[in-house]
Formats: sequence, structure tokens, C-alpha cells
Amino acid sequence: MKKTKWIVLAVLCLAALAALAGCGGRDRQGTAGNRPQLSGNITAVGSTAMQPLVEQAANQFMAKHPNVKIVVQGGGSGTGLTQVAQGAADIGNSDIFAEEKDGIDASQLVDHQICVVGMAAVVNPAVNIDNLTRQQLVDIFTGKITNWKDVGGPDQKVVLVNRPKASGTRATFKKYALGGAEEAAGIEEDSSGTVRKIVKETPGAIGYLALSYLDGSVKAIKLDGVEPSKENITSGKYPVWAYQHSYTKGKPSGALEAFLNYIMTDEVQKSIIPQLGYIPVTEMKVVRDASGNVKSK
Amino acid sequence: MKKDLACMIFKLSGSELLGRVLTTGAAALAIISTVTIIAFISVKGLSTFIDNGISLKEFLLSSHWYPDRPLEEGGPQVGILAFVFGSVVVSTLAVILSAPLSIACAVFMVEIAPNWGQRLLRPAIEVLAGIPSVVYGYIGLSLLVPFIRENIGGLGFSVLAGFLVLSLMIIPTIVGISADSLKALPREWKEAAYALGSTRWQAIRLVLLPAARSGLITGIVLGLARAFGEALAVQMVIGNTRKIPASILDPVTTLTSAITMDMGNTPMGSLWNNALWSMGLLLLAISCFFIIIIRFVANKGGIAQ
Repeated sequence: MKKTKWIVLAVLCLAALAALAGCGGRDRQGTAGNRPQLSGNITAVGSTAMQPLVEQAANQFMAKHPNVKIVVQGGGSGTGLTQVAQGAADIGNSDIFAEEKDGIDASQLVDHQICVVGMAAVVNPAVNIDNLTRQQLVDIFTGKITNWKDVGGPDQKVVLVNRPKASGTRATFKKYALGGAEEAAGIEEDSSGTVRKIVKETPGAIGYLALSYLDGSVKAIKLDGVEPSKENITSGKYPVWAYQHSYTKGKPSGALEAFLNYIMTDEVQKSIIPQLGYIPVTEMKVVRDASGNVKSK
Repeated sequence: MKKDLACMIFKLSGSELLGRVLTTGAAALAIISTVTIIAFISVKGLSTFIDNGISLKEFLLSSHWYPDRPLEEGGPQVGILAFVFGSVVVSTLAVILSAPLSIACAVFMVEIAPNWGQRLLRPAIEVLAGIPSVVYGYIGLSLLVPFIRENIGGLGFSVLAGFLVLSLMIIPTIVGISADSLKALPREWKEAAYALGSTRWQAIRLVLLPAARSGLITGIVLGLARAFGEALAVQMVIGNTRKIPASILDPVTTLTSAITMDMGNTPMGSLWNNALWSMGLLLLAISCFFIIIIRFVANKGGIAQ
């Protein structure tokens, strides 16, 4: 009895040794290729509008560099900026310029503009309106117009669906579509997905979404007759768009720099970005600075 | 002195000493964490009033919540009346609906059908307590909200939806405590009531319920405290409109949901962030208030704890 026990133990030990040796061998192979492997952990936090894009880019990047681990979280643009400024995250994703956010020291953050996203007012599909003038839009969101019949729609109450005060989509929409006017109190939901669900299901609802969230279940509205399309945004005709910023604290290096460079390659800019409904930053014919001044490139 | 100490250590040697150290340590840890949490929230929460110079009156009694409005337009303003109002209305209505139901349930479980009440009803109610609140919220959002919109009116996102979801969520709290306090009553009291010729209903209503009163009130207050603190499920069905509702079908917002919506989006140390901490401090104060009530009631009742 005792003998068999010892034999089993010995075999187990041998097996363990073999396994360890195997591991060591592979390690050596990895470094022997004379190509330093990228490694490290990256956390990216922030804008829910950017989340699907960064997630997909991260998955592809991790497939290429198995020693790099990238965690992508939402939380909103404000969260992204706050967390990266505090050093809690490596990348802070934001729809807005860091300069636009109170209480953030923008000078210590480095801005990487990775793409552009348009935003549009969206209505419940049963509201038979597809164009609003800017004044009408402002009147609707500030609560001056409360019935759709005042703008040529059905006799139905307007239901506002807002994003919370700290949302980047809201900040962009307020600045470029409403001209800074303050919205009336409405339903408030803290994610774009929920806004879409509510606008889809609630009669008379109007909200706003990043174009990447449009899937045909809600209707995007033309502003002053201009459709929120890629062509109109790149040419500067449709004003409601924002850069998608990936902020880092100081100059990035190592795996972080490699990942941010990877996002700017054609592999991401020409495939993932248009696939998900974003516009590559390289295709923009206009540029905008933090104070909102637009000029052609 | 030294000898005494050595003597004590000798006495407490072995498992005795280990057990004592473990339990004292655990108790101390609980006390320390409570005290530090309260201290932290107080420091953060009070800085709205101390550092930012917002008056308590303005904070509690104004419903203008514009923490991001620039100075030149009259901001920033942090009045939380609408949130407090929403919290109070939604949780009070939930308890008003839930308390009679839950107490009836407890009476049924203990006095009327103790057999299958204990075997079936109790586990069923305990399962209710175990369902995660996000599930309640999602069911509310997917079933209750459209139901209200189509059959009763309004948007569906409403005070009504909020308190219905909450009242279901606090049933286990109230039933559990009420049933325990009813069960703790001496058998003789019920028998004496029967001996005097009362019916079962009379015995329950005139003897058992009054005797268990302090336990029942404890259950209700704990239910109310739970309702006040619940964030996720409520947030999903109330619409989060920062305005005092005019009717039960209007959307509303609560303290907890206002905190979760903005939390993390605000830079540490800003007025906005401090105001959120102050709201947290207010929630903490409210739950302390409830705990004091319970202590008071339990001491006064004296029969069933």
C-alpha cells in the first residue's frame, strides 16, 4: 500500500516538473525572438458613446499582443476625464474637450482625437416629422412647445428624454444643437441604450443619440433641412458632432502608446470606426477647437 | 502588575484566548468601520456648507438643481427639495401599500396556517428578498411601465411605478420581522383569549396584534428605511425628472437616483461633487433617525423583540 502511494507521488512530482519545464521553455522562446513583447494593463474609462469602439479595438489589439490586458469601462465622459486626471485610469474617453469640463486641469492631459461622432435628435417613429428648424428644436427642448401639432406633427404631447447633466452627448447636443439653451425638466436616463429604448416605446418622445446608436428603431431628425449624415458632418454642414477624445495623463508610453497608435492605423480607422457608425478623424474636412471655433482644414 | 497580567494571559490561554481575540477584533472592526464611514461622509458632506458657503436652508428647501450653471447666469444652485420630496413620497406610499399586506401575511403565516405557512409561504417570501434589485427594476421597466402607460395613462415612468416596485421589494423585510414578533408571543395569551370566549379574529385583533405592536412597528420602519435607500430598481422606473410631481402618474426623482446618476461624473472637491456627498449625508441621517425610532419603540414595547 505504502509503496504505491510513494510511486503515485513521484509520478505526480515528475508531471509537475515536466509542466514547469514546458512553461519555462515557452517563456524563453517568447523572448528569444529578439522582439520585445508588449505587456501591461490598460484601463480605459469614460464615454458610453465610445465604449463599443474602444472595446472592439482593444479586443483586436489584445489578440495581437497577448501580454497586454485592456479593460474598457463606461461611466460617461465626465467619469473618464475625472478618472484619468486623478490617475485612476490610463485612458479617459470623452465626447467633450477637457477644457470644457469644470474642475479638470486640462494642461496635464494629452488629447488623442480618435474619431468623430455625429449626434441627432431622435423621435418616436410614430411622430410623423422628419425636419425641425433650430428654433423649433430649442423651443421643444426648453419646454416652450409642448405639443407636436405646433410643429406640424400629430396632436400629441412632447415627452423629453434627456441625459444627465454630466453626459458628453448632452453637452455636445446642448452646445451645438440648442445653442446653449437649458433644457426643461424631462425624463432623464444615464445611458444611450436606455434613451433609445424609451424613445422607441414612448409615444411622442424626443431625445438625442450619437449616430452610432441609431439602428432604425427611432427616427433621426434633420436640422434646418440638413440630414445628420457622414457627408454633411465631414463637410461641416451639420453642426452637431463631437470629437471622441482619448485623454492620457502626460505623454503615453509602452503598451499604452502602442494601443493609441493602433487606433490611428487604417485597420481601425478604415474598418471598425465606419462599421460602428463613427467617422474617421482623417476624413474630416473641418477642424474644431475647444472653444467651438470651426475652420476648414 | 506584571504578575496579574501573566496570570490573566495564563487563564485565557489556548482556545479561550484565540476566541476572545477573534470576537473582540471583529466587533472592533465593525465599530471602527461604522465610525470612519460616518466621519468620512460627514466631512465630505459638510464641505458644501463650510467650503462652498451654501446655506442649509437653500440646500434643503430649494428645488433649483443647476450645479453646472455658470455664475453669470445665476448658478450654480444646489437645491435638493425635489429629490427629497420624491424619496419621501415614493417610500411612504410603498410602505402604506406594503405594511398592511405584509402584516396580514405574517398573521396568516403564524396564526392561521402555521403548517403550510411555515413550509411554503416563508421560503417564498425569502426568495422575494433574494431577487436582485436590478431584476425588479428590469421587470418594472419592461412590464409595469408599458402597462401603466397603456392602461392608466401618463408616460408610465411615474411615482406609481416606483412605489409599486418598492412595495414588493420591502414585503420580505416587514413580513419577516412581524412574523418573528408574533411567534414570540406567549401561547397562554392566545389561549386566555379563547378561554374568555373570543373568536380567532378577536384574539388576533384585540390581543395578539396589540401585544406584538413594537415588533410590527420595527418591521415597518425597517421597511421604510430599506425603501429610502433603494436606488437601482427605483431609478429604472421613475423617469428621473428633476421636478416636483403634480400627480401620481408624473415622473419623479429620488435622492438615491440623483446620486447614482451624477456620481463619478463630477470632479472630486467641486461644489457639484460636495453636494452629492451632502445628499449622501442626508440619507445617512435619515436612516440613523429610523434606527433611533426603532430603539425607542422596541424599548417602550418591552414584550416581543
